[in-house]
Amino acid sequence: MSAPIIQPRTDMGSGFPTLLHKELARFWKVGFQTIAAPVVTALLYLLIFAHVLEGRVQVYGTVPYTSFLIPGLMMMSMLQNSFANPSSSLIQSRITGNLVFILLPPISHREIFSAYVLASIARGLCVGATIWLVALFFVPLWPANLLWILVFSVLSCGIMATLGIIAGLWSEKFDQLAAFQNFLIVPATFLSGVFYSIHSLPPFWQAVSRWNPIFYTIDGFRYGFFAASDVSPWLSVAVVLGVFLALCFCAMRLLANGYKLRN
Amino acid sequence: MPAVSLEHISKIYPARSRGWKEWISRAPVRKGFQALHDVSLTVEHGEFFGLLGPNGAGKTTLISILAGLARATTGQAHVCGYDVTTDFKRARRALGVVPQEIVYDPFFTVRETLRLQSGYFGLRNNDDWIDEILSNLALSDKADSNMRALSGGMKRRVLVAQALVHRPPVIILDEPTAGVDVDLRRTLWEFISPLNKEGHTILLTTHYLEEAEALCGRIAMLKQGHMVALDTTAGLLAHVGGTDLEDAFVRIMHNDDFVEFVA
Repeated sequence: MSAPIIQPRTDMGSGFPTLLHKELARFWKVGFQTIAAPVVTALLYLLIFAHVLEGRVQVYGTVPYTSFLIPGLMMMSMLQNSFANPSSSLIQSRITGNLVFILLPPISHREIFSAYVLASIARGLCVGATIWLVALFFVPLWPANLLWILVFSVLSCGIMATLGIIAGLWSEKFDQLAAFQNFLIVPATFLSGVFYSIHSLPPFWQAVSRWNPIFYTIDGFRYGFFAASDVSPWLSVAVVLGVFLALCFCAMRLLANGYKLRN
Repeated sequence: MPAVSLEHISKIYPARSRGWKEWISRAPVRKGFQALHDVSLTVEHGEFFGLLGPNGAGKTTLISILAGLARATTGQAHVCGYDVTTDFKRARRALGVVPQEIVYDPFFTVRETLRLQSGYFGLRNNDDWIDEILSNLALSDKADSNMRALSGGMKRRVLVAQALVHRPPVIILDEPTAGVDVDLRRTLWEFISPLNKEGHTILLTTHYLEEAEALCGRIAMLKQGHMVALDTTAGLLAHVGGTDLEDAFVRIMHNDDFVEFVA
């Protein structure tokens, strides 16, 4: 008598929660590297710049420089870590070959995209919140409008997470990813008003800054703390949302087409 | 419907773009590499099927197309009747693949790895089956060891376990015994053979032809992307002659008269 035909199990759900859990666990297990290290770096910037410039520079009329600097450093760290999370995860998995474990199961490109982006946003928020909590020991900085802070945090980390997915897919070597990070992400974040208000720049560089979408993430985020900013928060949120949606579209197309994944 | 069905599958890997150098040199467009030429075959439910061929014959490409890791240039592939591209979720639920390369995620233990793999298939609370697999593959005492701490043979056992966490009706073993000791081979076949007797379909690629001769009811042979033989193991030996499958394999691969010997 021949054996019965085995049918696939019928109790299978979505792989998304597990992929999200795995991406969260991946950075949480190495928290010293992924959370503590960027917090320490941001605090070093804070100590050095605050020591040198406190009392010499005031921004938005009355805001002391150290207070002005803290949201900038928070957002800069959030952006860089949101980018690093999916890009390093993808390139490590591709180079070591273990990406096959998420390519073989029935996980759609939307589920892969959502898991990577949400985990990266979570890492960005962890880093940002920790910097703020530690900075409270130096400066009592309280949000003026928590909703704006949350909106800009999530959207800005989302932009960088999506860009991280694109970079992680495009890069074939760690060297290429490092180039993406060092020649695009780091300059774009440093030159976006982390350390200064663009009103302190000459008109030409002010105009250049307005073409940098990262400027709007930091400016809008600061509005949440001071209820004052270089440009309207509504303009900032429109730019940030537009950039996020455009990058989402690009990253989803790449994942759907299996770009450098399924060939 | 058959467990596996491949209809006129061809695969051409496009030539690698040289980027800006190609634009500057205006070199003629290079042809891609054709890994598979119009391959068709079916594997019925419950079969133990061997896919043989020398290195570079196209075995892994064929498996990759079935598993959704590569896309066929032309032709259609089905697993348990489900199209691997248009109905990929159901096709992948029906398929377990043991990849050729030893790959693993260094962040996790053996048990975490298997729980994650279950989760990717949408299976929660799968610990009973995971324990059974671990026991059958002699991995129980390594369940809480980090993947990095395992020997090569142990890592290969984990790969087998990962392919089986969702109890797939169709199991593909891509050179599962390459470079492993006799003990693991015996353990592996003692585990896989009963699964086949229960009704699971096994598709095996191997360079150990005595294994294929002992285990496989039918065999297909690929040579430079062409299917050059397809028959029962006994039928193949009877038609080609030779003392054993290794002898028959050598005759087929070195004699063009056997081209397109498909029963």
